[in-house]
Amino acid sequence: MDELKQVILSYVIKEYLEEGDDRTVDAETPLISGGIVDSFSMVSLKRFLEKRYAIQIPDAEATPDAFDTVTRIAELVTRTQARTDGRA
Amino acid sequence: MAYSAAVRERYQQEIHGLEQAGLLKQERFIHSPQGADISVEFPAGAPVKRVINLCSNNYLGLSSHPEVVEAARAGLDSRGYGMSSVRFICGTQDVHRELEQGLTALLGTEDTLLFPSCMDANAGVFEAILGEADVMIADRLVHASIVDGMRLCKAQQDTFKHSDMAHLEEKLQEHQDKRARMVITDGVFSMDGDLAKLDAIVELAERYDAMVLVDDSHATGFIGRTGRGVHEHCGVVGRIDVITTTLGKALGGASGGCVSGRRELVEMCRQRARPYLFSNTVAPVIVAGALKVLELIGRGTERRDKLEENARYWRRLLTEAGFDVKAGDSPIVPVMLYNAKLAQDVARDLFAEGIYVVGFFFPVVPKGQARIRTQLSAAHERAHLDKAIEAFVKVGRKHDILGKGRKEITEKYGL
Repeated sequence: MDELKQVILSYVIKEYLEEGDDRTVDAETPLISGGIVDSFSMVSLKRFLEKRYAIQIPDAEATPDAFDTVTRIAELVTRTQARTDGRA
Repeated sequence: MAYSAAVRERYQQEIHGLEQAGLLKQERFIHSPQGADISVEFPAGAPVKRVINLCSNNYLGLSSHPEVVEAARAGLDSRGYGMSSVRFICGTQDVHRELEQGLTALLGTEDTLLFPSCMDANAGVFEAILGEADVMIADRLVHASIVDGMRLCKAQQDTFKHSDMAHLEEKLQEHQDKRARMVITDGVFSMDGDLAKLDAIVELAERYDAMVLVDDSHATGFIGRTGRGVHEHCGVVGRIDVITTTLGKALGGASGGCVSGRRELVEMCRQRARPYLFSNTVAPVIVAGALKVLELIGRGTERRDKLEENARYWRRLLTEAGFDVKAGDSPIVPVMLYNAKLAQDVARDLFAEGIYVVGFFFPVVPKGQARIRTQLSAAHERAHLDKAIEAFVKVGRKHDILGKGRKEITEKYGL
Protein backbone atom coordinates (compact mmCIF):
# COMPACT_ATOMS: atom_id res chain seq x y z
CA MET A 1 0.00 0.00 0.00
CA ASP A 2 1.41 3.39 -0.88
CA GLU A 3 2.21 6.00 1.71
CA LEU A 4 -0.83 8.21 1.08
CA LYS A 5 -3.23 5.32 1.67
CA GLN A 6 -1.28 4.29 4.75
CA VAL A 7 -1.55 7.78 6.24
CA ILE A 8 -5.30 7.91 5.60
CA LEU A 9 -5.84 4.41 6.98
CA SER A 10 -3.91 5.19 10.16
CA TYR A 11 -5.95 8.34 10.69
CA VAL A 12 -9.26 6.51 10.12
CA ILE A 13 -8.36 3.80 12.63
CA LYS A 14 -7.21 6.30 15.27
CA GLU A 15 -10.03 8.78 14.73
CA TYR A 16 -13.05 6.54 14.21
CA LEU A 17 -12.59 3.12 15.79
CA GLU A 18 -13.57 2.89 19.44
CA GLU A 19 -11.35 1.07 21.89
CA GLY A 20 -12.17 -2.64 21.77
CA ASP A 21 -13.64 -2.39 18.27
CA ASP A 22 -12.53 -5.62 16.62
CA ARG A 23 -13.43 -4.69 13.05
CA THR A 24 -10.55 -4.81 10.59
CA VAL A 25 -10.25 -1.89 8.24
CA ASP A 26 -8.23 -1.91 5.01
CA ALA A 27 -8.06 0.29 1.92
CA GLU A 28 -11.24 -1.23 0.46
CA THR A 29 -13.41 -1.38 3.59
CA PRO A 30 -16.61 0.64 3.08
CA LEU A 31 -16.32 3.35 5.73
CA ILE A 32 -19.53 5.36 5.40
CA SER A 33 -21.83 2.77 3.81
CA GLY A 34 -20.33 0.23 6.22
CA GLY A 35 -21.28 2.30 9.24
CA ILE A 36 -17.70 2.92 10.48
CA VAL A 37 -17.71 6.67 9.75
CA ASP A 38 -20.92 8.71 9.61
CA SER A 39 -21.26 11.79 7.47
CA PHE A 40 -21.51 13.90 10.63
CA SER A 41 -18.02 12.84 11.76
CA MET A 42 -16.46 12.82 8.27
CA VAL A 43 -15.56 16.50 8.49
CA SER A 44 -12.53 15.91 10.73
CA LEU A 45 -11.03 13.60 8.09
CA LYS A 46 -11.50 16.27 5.41
CA ARG A 47 -9.87 18.89 7.65
CA PHE A 48 -6.96 16.51 8.40
CA LEU A 49 -6.32 15.88 4.70
CA GLU A 50 -6.52 19.57 3.82
CA LYS A 51 -4.06 20.50 6.53
CA ARG A 52 -1.62 17.66 5.96
CA TYR A 53 -1.49 18.00 2.16
CA ALA A 54 -2.09 21.77 1.96
CA ILE A 55 -5.12 21.38 -0.31
CA GLN A 56 -8.72 22.58 -0.39
CA ILE A 57 -11.21 19.83 -1.17
CA PRO A 58 -14.32 21.53 -2.63
CA ASP A 59 -17.48 20.72 -0.61
CA ALA A 60 -19.16 19.48 -3.80
CA GLU A 61 -16.48 16.79 -4.11
CA ALA A 62 -16.42 15.81 -0.43
CA THR A 63 -19.35 13.46 -0.85
CA PRO A 64 -20.05 10.34 1.24
CA ASP A 65 -19.36 8.36 -1.92
CA ALA A 66 -15.92 9.94 -2.45
CA PHE A 67 -15.07 9.24 1.20
CA ASP A 68 -16.34 5.67 1.31
CA THR A 69 -13.01 3.81 1.11
CA VAL A 70 -9.41 4.72 1.81
CA THR A 71 -8.61 4.07 -1.86
CA ARG A 72 -11.26 6.54 -3.05
CA ILE A 73 -10.16 9.13 -0.51
CA ALA A 74 -6.56 8.75 -1.75
CA GLU A 75 -7.78 9.26 -5.33
CA LEU A 76 -9.63 12.41 -4.27
CA VAL A 77 -6.52 13.76 -2.56
CA THR A 78 -4.36 12.97 -5.60
CA ARG A 79 -6.86 14.66 -7.95
CA THR A 80 -7.06 17.73 -5.75
CA GLN A 81 -3.26 17.90 -5.44
CA ALA A 82 -2.88 17.74 -9.23
CA ARG A 83 -5.31 20.65 -9.62
CA THR A 84 -3.55 22.62 -6.91
CA ASP A 85 -0.13 22.00 -8.54
CA GLY A 86 -1.55 22.92 -11.93
CA ARG A 87 -2.66 26.29 -10.61
CA ALA A 88 0.68 26.92 -8.92
CA MET B 1 -50.72 17.75 -13.75
CA ALA B 2 -47.38 18.29 -12.05
CA TYR B 3 -47.73 15.23 -9.85
CA SER B 4 -47.48 12.91 -12.82
CA ALA B 5 -47.78 9.12 -12.81
CA ALA B 6 -44.01 8.85 -13.18
CA VAL B 7 -43.40 11.08 -10.16
CA ARG B 8 -45.95 9.14 -8.11
CA GLU B 9 -44.32 5.86 -9.14
CA ARG B 10 -40.90 7.04 -8.06
CA TYR B 11 -42.15 7.74 -4.53
CA GLN B 12 -44.08 4.49 -4.45
CA GLN B 13 -40.92 2.60 -5.35
CA GLU B 14 -38.98 4.37 -2.63
CA ILE B 15 -41.62 3.50 -0.03
CA HIS B 16 -41.73 -0.08 -1.31
CA GLY B 17 -37.93 -0.24 -0.97
CA LEU B 18 -38.19 0.82 2.69
CA GLU B 19 -40.83 -1.84 3.25
CA GLN B 20 -38.69 -4.53 1.58
CA ALA B 21 -35.71 -3.55 3.73
CA GLY B 22 -37.85 -3.81 6.87
CA LEU B 23 -37.35 -0.09 7.53
CA LEU B 24 -40.92 1.15 7.08
CA LYS B 25 -42.18 2.80 10.24
CA GLN B 26 -45.79 2.10 11.09
CA GLU B 27 -47.80 3.91 13.72
CA ARG B 28 -49.74 2.07 16.37
CA PHE B 29 -53.01 3.76 17.28
CA ILE B 30 -53.53 4.21 21.02
CA HIS B 31 -57.16 4.46 22.13
CA SER B 32 -56.49 5.58 25.71
CA PRO B 33 -54.59 8.31 27.58
CA GLN B 34 -50.83 7.73 27.87
CA GLY B 35 -49.86 5.61 30.87
CA ALA B 36 -48.46 2.33 32.17
CA ASP B 37 -51.44 0.42 30.73
CA ILE B 38 -52.70 1.52 27.33
CA SER B 39 -55.16 0.30 24.70
CA VAL B 40 -53.49 -0.23 21.33
CA GLU B 41 -54.81 -0.96 17.84
CA PHE B 42 -52.08 -2.69 15.87
CA PRO B 43 -51.91 -3.38 13.07
CA ALA B 44 -54.46 -0.85 11.84
CA GLY B 45 -57.92 -2.42 11.98
CA ALA B 46 -56.97 -5.08 14.53
CA PRO B 47 -59.01 -5.32 17.75
CA VAL B 48 -57.85 -2.95 20.47
CA LYS B 49 -55.53 -4.71 22.92
CA ARG B 50 -54.68 -3.74 26.50
CA VAL B 51 -50.88 -3.76 26.94
CA ILE B 52 -48.18 -2.64 29.39
CA ASN B 53 -46.28 0.29 27.94
CA LEU B 54 -42.50 -0.01 28.24
CA CYS B 55 -41.51 2.43 25.50
CA SER B 56 -42.80 5.91 26.35
CA ASN B 57 -40.84 8.86 27.70
CA ASN B 58 -43.48 9.31 30.41
CA TYR B 59 -40.70 9.00 32.98
CA LEU B 60 -42.49 10.69 35.88
CA GLY B 61 -45.92 9.32 35.00
CA LEU B 62 -47.36 12.82 34.66
CA SER B 63 -48.69 12.63 31.08
CA SER B 64 -52.22 11.91 32.28
CA HIS B 65 -51.92 12.98 35.92
CA PRO B 66 -55.30 14.30 37.16
CA GLU B 67 -53.83 17.52 38.58
CA VAL B 68 -52.00 18.24 35.32
CA VAL B 69 -55.12 17.55 33.26
CA GLU B 70 -57.18 19.79 35.56
CA ALA B 71 -54.60 22.61 35.40
CA ALA B 72 -54.53 22.38 31.60
CA ARG B 73 -58.33 22.58 31.54
CA ALA B 74 -58.27 25.66 33.77
CA GLY B 75 -55.58 27.17 31.54
CA LEU B 76 -57.76 26.64 28.51
CA ASP B 77 -60.54 28.59 30.24
CA SER B 78 -58.34 31.42 31.49
CA ARG B 79 -55.94 31.95 28.55
CA GLY B 80 -57.77 30.43 25.59
CA TYR B 81 -56.75 27.86 22.99
CA GLY B 82 -54.31 29.51 20.61
CA MET B 83 -52.19 32.63 20.22
CA SER B 84 -52.42 33.08 16.43
CA SER B 85 -49.09 34.88 16.53
CA VAL B 86 -45.39 34.33 17.00
CA ARG B 87 -43.92 35.39 20.34
CA PHE B 88 -42.49 38.77 19.39
CA ILE B 89 -45.62 40.12 17.68
CA CYS B 90 -48.54 39.28 19.98
CA GLY B 91 -47.92 35.66 20.98
CA THR B 92 -46.47 35.97 24.48
CA GLN B 93 -48.68 35.64 27.56
CA ASP B 94 -47.80 36.19 31.20
CA VAL B 95 -47.88 32.42 31.68
CA HIS B 96 -45.18 31.86 29.05
CA ARG B 97 -42.84 34.06 31.03
CA GLU B 98 -43.92 32.38 34.26
CA LEU B 99 -43.06 28.95 32.81
CA GLU B 100 -39.69 30.22 31.58
CA GLN B 101 -38.89 31.49 35.08
CA GLY B 102 -39.96 28.15 36.56
CA LEU B 103 -37.68 26.25 34.19
CA THR B 104 -34.80 28.62 34.98
CA ALA B 105 -35.24 27.84 38.68
CA LEU B 106 -35.47 24.07 38.07
CA LEU B 107 -32.42 23.96 35.81
CA GLY B 108 -30.33 26.37 37.91
CA THR B 109 -29.57 28.66 35.00
CA GLU B 110 -29.79 32.43 34.35
CA ASP B 111 -32.66 32.58 31.85
CA THR B 112 -34.86 30.41 29.61
CA LEU B 113 -36.64 30.76 26.26
CA LEU B 114 -39.46 28.43 25.20
CA PHE B 115 -39.46 26.84 21.75
CA PRO B 116 -42.23 24.88 19.99
CA SER B 117 -40.16 21.72 20.67
CA CYS B 118 -36.66 20.73 21.74
CA MET B 119 -36.09 19.72 18.12
CA ASP B 120 -36.70 23.41 17.32
CA ALA B 121 -34.51 24.57 20.21
CA ASN B 122 -31.64 22.47 18.85
CA ALA B 123 -32.34 23.58 15.29
CA GLY B 124 -32.10 27.25 16.28
CA VAL B 125 -29.61 27.58 19.11
CA PHE B 126 -26.30 27.04 17.28
CA GLU B 127 -26.95 29.43 14.43
CA ALA B 128 -28.12 32.05 16.93
CA ILE B 129 -25.00 32.05 19.08
CA LEU B 130 -22.06 30.82 16.96
CA GLY B 131 -20.47 32.02 13.73
CA GLU B 132 -17.79 31.14 11.18
CA ALA B 133 -14.93 31.95 13.54
CA ASP B 134 -16.15 29.43 16.13
CA VAL B 135 -16.11 25.65 16.42
CA MET B 136 -18.69 23.13 17.66
CA ILE B 137 -17.27 19.89 19.09
CA ALA B 138 -19.96 17.26 19.57
CA ASP B 139 -20.09 13.78 21.03
CA ARG B 140 -20.61 11.39 18.10
CA LEU B 141 -23.82 9.98 19.57
CA VAL B 142 -25.72 13.25 20.05
CA HIS B 143 -29.38 13.32 19.05
CA ALA B 144 -30.32 13.84 15.40
CA SER B 145 -31.82 17.26 16.18
CA ILE B 146 -28.41 18.50 17.34
CA VAL B 147 -26.81 17.19 14.17
CA ASP B 148 -29.41 19.11 12.16
CA GLY B 149 -28.91 22.27 14.22
CA MET B 150 -25.15 22.10 13.76
CA ARG B 151 -25.61 21.71 10.00
CA LEU B 152 -27.61 24.94 9.94
CA CYS B 153 -24.81 26.83 11.68
CA LYS B 154 -21.78 28.33 9.91
CA ALA B 155 -19.35 27.51 12.73
CA GLN B 156 -16.84 24.76 12.04
CA GLN B 157 -17.81 21.28 13.13
CA ASP B 158 -15.92 18.53 14.82
CA THR B 159 -16.81 15.43 16.81
CA PHE B 160 -15.26 13.32 19.55
CA LYS B 161 -15.62 9.59 20.22
CA HIS B 162 -18.57 8.82 22.46
CA SER B 163 -17.79 9.91 26.04
CA ASP B 164 -14.05 9.73 25.31
CA MET B 165 -12.52 12.53 27.38
CA ALA B 166 -8.99 12.04 26.02
CA HIS B 167 -10.29 12.46 22.48
CA LEU B 168 -12.30 15.54 23.51
CA GLU B 169 -9.16 17.04 25.05
CA GLU B 170 -7.24 16.47 21.81
CA LYS B 171 -9.99 18.26 19.89
CA LEU B 172 -10.05 21.17 22.35
CA GLN B 173 -6.27 21.53 21.94
CA GLU B 174 -6.58 21.38 18.15
CA HIS B 175 -9.16 24.17 18.11
CA GLN B 176 -7.47 26.67 20.41
CA ASP B 177 -7.07 29.00 17.42
CA LYS B 178 -10.84 29.50 17.04
CA ARG B 179 -12.69 32.51 18.50
CA ALA B 180 -14.96 30.35 20.65
CA ARG B 181 -15.33 26.64 21.29
CA MET B 182 -18.52 24.85 22.29
CA VAL B 183 -18.61 21.27 23.57
CA ILE B 184 -21.95 19.64 22.77
CA THR B 185 -23.42 16.53 24.33
CA ASP B 186 -26.62 14.79 25.30
CA GLY B 187 -27.10 14.51 29.06
CA VAL B 188 -28.57 11.01 28.80
CA PHE B 189 -27.93 9.28 25.48
CA SER B 190 -31.33 8.17 24.31
CA MET B 191 -30.44 4.86 22.67
CA ASP B 192 -27.93 3.58 25.25
CA GLY B 193 -29.25 5.20 28.42
CA ASP B 194 -25.77 6.17 29.61
CA LEU B 195 -25.02 9.55 31.18
CA ALA B 196 -22.55 12.11 29.86
CA LYS B 197 -19.49 12.62 32.06
CA LEU B 198 -20.48 16.22 32.64
CA ASP B 199 -18.07 16.77 35.53
CA ALA B 200 -15.12 15.81 33.32
CA ILE B 201 -16.52 17.73 30.34
CA VAL B 202 -16.98 20.91 32.39
CA GLU B 203 -13.48 20.60 33.80
CA LEU B 204 -11.96 20.24 30.31
CA ALA B 205 -14.12 23.07 28.97
CA GLU B 206 -12.97 25.38 31.74
CA ARG B 207 -9.33 24.42 31.18
CA TYR B 208 -9.53 25.00 27.40
CA ASP B 209 -11.87 28.00 27.45
CA ALA B 210 -14.90 26.34 25.89
CA MET B 211 -18.64 26.68 26.46
CA VAL B 212 -20.74 23.58 27.16
CA LEU B 213 -24.17 22.76 25.71
CA VAL B 214 -26.17 19.81 27.04
CA ASP B 215 -29.41 18.41 25.63
CA ASP B 216 -30.98 17.08 28.81
CA SER B 217 -34.28 15.95 27.31
CA HIS B 218 -33.97 12.43 28.75
CA ALA B 219 -33.01 13.74 32.21
CA THR B 220 -34.90 16.91 33.15
CA GLY B 221 -37.26 16.23 36.03
CA PHE B 222 -35.72 12.98 37.28
CA ILE B 223 -31.92 12.59 36.97
CA GLY B 224 -30.00 14.01 39.94
CA ARG B 225 -31.04 13.98 43.59
CA THR B 226 -33.87 16.48 43.08
CA GLY B 227 -34.42 15.79 39.39
CA ARG B 228 -32.75 18.86 37.91
CA GLY B 229 -30.79 16.83 35.39
CA VAL B 230 -27.42 15.27 34.64
CA HIS B 231 -25.64 18.45 35.74
CA GLU B 232 -27.08 17.90 39.23
CA HIS B 233 -26.06 14.22 39.13
CA CYS B 234 -22.50 15.27 38.23
CA GLY B 235 -22.32 18.20 40.65
CA VAL B 236 -21.95 20.94 38.04
CA VAL B 237 -25.18 22.96 38.40
CA GLY B 238 -24.48 26.56 37.38
CA ARG B 239 -21.47 25.59 35.24
CA ILE B 240 -23.35 24.53 32.08
CA ASP B 241 -23.64 27.42 29.61
CA VAL B 242 -26.62 26.13 27.62
CA ILE B 243 -29.17 23.42 28.43
CA THR B 244 -31.77 22.46 25.87
CA THR B 245 -34.59 20.29 27.05
CA THR B 246 -38.17 19.27 26.40
CA LEU B 247 -41.63 19.41 27.91
CA GLY B 248 -42.47 16.42 25.73
CA LYS B 249 -41.09 13.69 27.96
CA ALA B 250 -41.03 13.72 31.79
CA LEU B 251 -42.51 17.22 32.16
CA GLY B 252 -46.04 16.22 31.21
CA GLY B 253 -45.11 14.93 27.78
CA ALA B 254 -47.31 17.22 25.66
CA SER B 255 -44.93 19.28 23.54
CA GLY B 256 -42.54 22.21 23.71
CA GLY B 257 -38.89 22.71 24.51
CA CYS B 258 -36.50 25.38 25.64
CA VAL B 259 -33.05 26.89 25.57
CA SER B 260 -31.88 27.70 29.08
CA GLY B 261 -28.54 29.07 30.19
CA ARG B 262 -26.38 32.19 30.21
CA ARG B 263 -28.50 35.34 29.99
CA GLU B 264 -26.79 36.70 26.86
CA LEU B 265 -26.96 33.39 25.00
CA VAL B 266 -30.68 33.08 25.71
CA GLU B 267 -31.15 36.68 24.57
CA MET B 268 -29.29 35.90 21.32
CA CYS B 269 -31.82 33.10 20.74
CA ARG B 270 -34.68 35.56 21.34
CA GLN B 271 -33.16 37.84 18.70
CA ARG B 272 -31.97 35.29 16.15
CA ALA B 273 -33.22 31.73 16.57
CA ARG B 274 -35.41 31.09 13.57
CA PRO B 275 -37.76 28.43 15.02
CA TYR B 276 -38.54 30.90 17.84
CA LEU B 277 -38.95 33.85 15.47
CA PHE B 278 -41.03 32.18 12.79
CA SER B 279 -43.29 29.79 14.64
CA ASN B 280 -45.94 30.05 17.35
CA THR B 281 -44.73 28.97 20.76
CA VAL B 282 -46.24 26.41 23.10
CA ALA B 283 -50.04 26.74 23.36
CA PRO B 284 -51.46 28.26 26.59
CA VAL B 285 -53.14 24.99 27.57
CA ILE B 286 -49.78 23.21 27.53
CA VAL B 287 -48.11 26.03 29.44
CA ALA B 288 -50.76 25.69 32.16
CA GLY B 289 -50.17 21.93 32.38
CA ALA B 290 -46.40 22.36 32.46
CA LEU B 291 -46.62 24.90 35.28
CA LYS B 292 -48.52 22.32 37.33
CA VAL B 293 -45.84 19.74 36.49
CA LEU B 294 -43.15 22.05 37.87
CA GLU B 295 -45.25 22.53 41.01
CA LEU B 296 -45.59 18.74 41.43
CA ILE B 297 -41.84 18.23 40.99
CA GLY B 298 -41.20 20.99 43.54
CA ARG B 299 -43.39 19.27 46.14
CA GLY B 300 -40.99 16.36 46.59
CA THR B 301 -38.86 13.68 45.01
CA GLU B 302 -41.23 10.71 45.43
CA ARG B 303 -41.83 10.30 41.70
CA ARG B 304 -38.22 10.43 40.61
CA ASP B 305 -37.31 8.14 43.54
CA LYS B 306 -39.92 5.60 42.45
CA LEU B 307 -38.68 5.81 38.86
CA GLU B 308 -35.12 5.17 40.01
CA GLU B 309 -36.26 2.19 42.07
CA ASN B 310 -38.33 0.83 39.14
CA ALA B 311 -35.32 1.12 36.81
CA ARG B 312 -33.07 -0.67 39.31
CA TYR B 313 -35.64 -3.44 39.81
CA TRP B 314 -36.27 -3.92 36.08
CA ARG B 315 -32.58 -3.97 35.27
CA ARG B 316 -32.08 -6.67 37.93
CA LEU B 317 -35.00 -8.76 36.60
CA LEU B 318 -33.66 -8.67 33.05
CA THR B 319 -30.09 -9.41 34.08
CA GLU B 320 -31.09 -12.31 36.32
CA ALA B 321 -33.22 -13.74 33.51
CA GLY B 322 -30.11 -13.83 31.31
CA PHE B 323 -30.72 -10.95 28.92
CA ASP B 324 -27.81 -8.93 27.55
CA VAL B 325 -28.54 -5.51 29.12
CA LYS B 326 -26.52 -2.35 28.59
CA ALA B 327 -25.20 -1.01 31.89
CA GLY B 328 -26.38 2.42 33.00
CA ASP B 329 -27.97 4.65 35.64
CA SER B 330 -31.02 5.89 33.75
CA PRO B 331 -34.55 4.60 33.22
CA ILE B 332 -33.56 3.70 29.64
CA VAL B 333 -32.69 0.00 29.72
CA PRO B 334 -31.65 -1.41 26.32
CA VAL B 335 -31.91 -5.16 25.78
CA MET B 336 -29.25 -5.99 23.21
CA LEU B 337 -30.20 -8.31 20.34
CA TYR B 338 -27.65 -7.13 17.70
CA ASN B 339 -29.59 -8.55 14.73
CA ALA B 340 -32.24 -6.22 13.24
CA LYS B 341 -34.72 -8.93 12.32
CA LEU B 342 -34.39 -10.59 15.71
CA ALA B 343 -35.15 -7.24 17.40
CA GLN B 344 -38.31 -6.87 15.32
CA ASP B 345 -39.38 -10.48 15.93
CA VAL B 346 -38.88 -10.20 19.67
CA ALA B 347 -40.85 -6.90 19.80
CA ARG B 348 -43.69 -8.50 17.83
CA ASP B 349 -43.81 -11.56 20.09
CA LEU B 350 -43.77 -9.38 23.20
CA PHE B 351 -46.71 -7.38 21.85
CA ALA B 352 -48.62 -10.65 21.44
CA GLU B 353 -47.85 -11.28 25.12
CA GLY B 354 -49.24 -7.86 26.08
CA ILE B 355 -45.97 -5.92 26.34
CA TYR B 356 -45.49 -2.86 24.15
CA VAL B 357 -41.84 -2.32 23.17
CA VAL B 358 -40.13 -1.33 19.93
CA GLY B 359 -37.07 -2.76 18.19
CA PHE B 360 -34.38 -0.27 17.12
CA PHE B 361 -31.84 -0.96 14.40
CA PHE B 362 -29.64 0.80 11.82
CA PRO B 363 -29.72 3.71 11.01
CA VAL B 364 -31.23 4.67 14.41
CA VAL B 365 -28.43 2.74 16.15
CA PRO B 366 -25.08 1.59 14.64
CA LYS B 367 -25.06 -1.48 12.39
CA GLY B 368 -24.98 -4.72 14.35
CA GLN B 369 -26.28 -2.99 17.49
CA ALA B 370 -30.02 -3.72 17.16
CA ARG B 371 -31.91 -3.73 20.41
CA ILE B 372 -35.17 -3.33 22.24
CA ARG B 373 -35.16 -0.14 24.25
CA THR B 374 -37.23 -0.48 27.40
CA GLN B 375 -38.12 2.66 29.32
CA LEU B 376 -39.36 2.83 32.86
CA SER B 377 -41.94 5.18 34.33
CA ALA B 378 -42.96 6.21 37.82
CA ALA B 379 -46.42 5.09 36.66
CA HIS B 380 -45.23 1.47 36.64
CA GLU B 381 -45.98 -0.67 39.68
CA ARG B 382 -44.02 -3.79 40.62
CA ALA B 383 -46.90 -5.86 39.23
CA HIS B 384 -46.35 -4.34 35.76
CA LEU B 385 -42.69 -5.24 35.79
CA ASP B 386 -43.28 -8.73 37.21
CA LYS B 387 -45.77 -9.42 34.44
CA ALA B 388 -43.45 -7.94 31.82
CA ILE B 389 -40.49 -10.09 32.83
CA GLU B 390 -42.61 -13.23 32.52
CA ALA B 391 -43.35 -12.28 28.92
CA PHE B 392 -39.70 -11.39 28.24
CA VAL B 393 -38.54 -14.76 29.57
CA LYS B 394 -41.13 -16.64 27.50
CA VAL B 395 -40.11 -14.80 24.30
CA GLY B 396 -36.41 -15.02 25.20
CA ARG B 397 -36.73 -18.82 25.52
CA LYS B 398 -38.55 -19.04 22.21
CA HIS B 399 -35.66 -17.30 20.45
CA ASP B 400 -33.02 -19.04 22.58
CA ILE B 401 -31.22 -15.87 23.62
CA LEU B 402 -31.26 -16.18 27.42
CA GLY B 403 -27.80 -16.34 28.94
CA LYS B 404 -26.28 -15.42 25.59
CA GLY B 405 -24.09 -12.41 24.81
CA ARG B 406 -23.12 -10.65 21.61
CA LYS B 407 -20.90 -13.46 20.34
CA GLU B 408 -23.47 -16.26 20.79
CA ILE B 409 -26.41 -14.20 19.50
CA THR B 410 -24.58 -13.04 16.39
CA GLU B 411 -23.29 -16.55 15.71
CA LYS B 412 -26.88 -17.78 15.75
CA TYR B 413 -28.62 -14.88 14.00
CA GLY B 414 -25.86 -12.98 12.17
CA LEU B 415 -25.35 -9.23 12.34
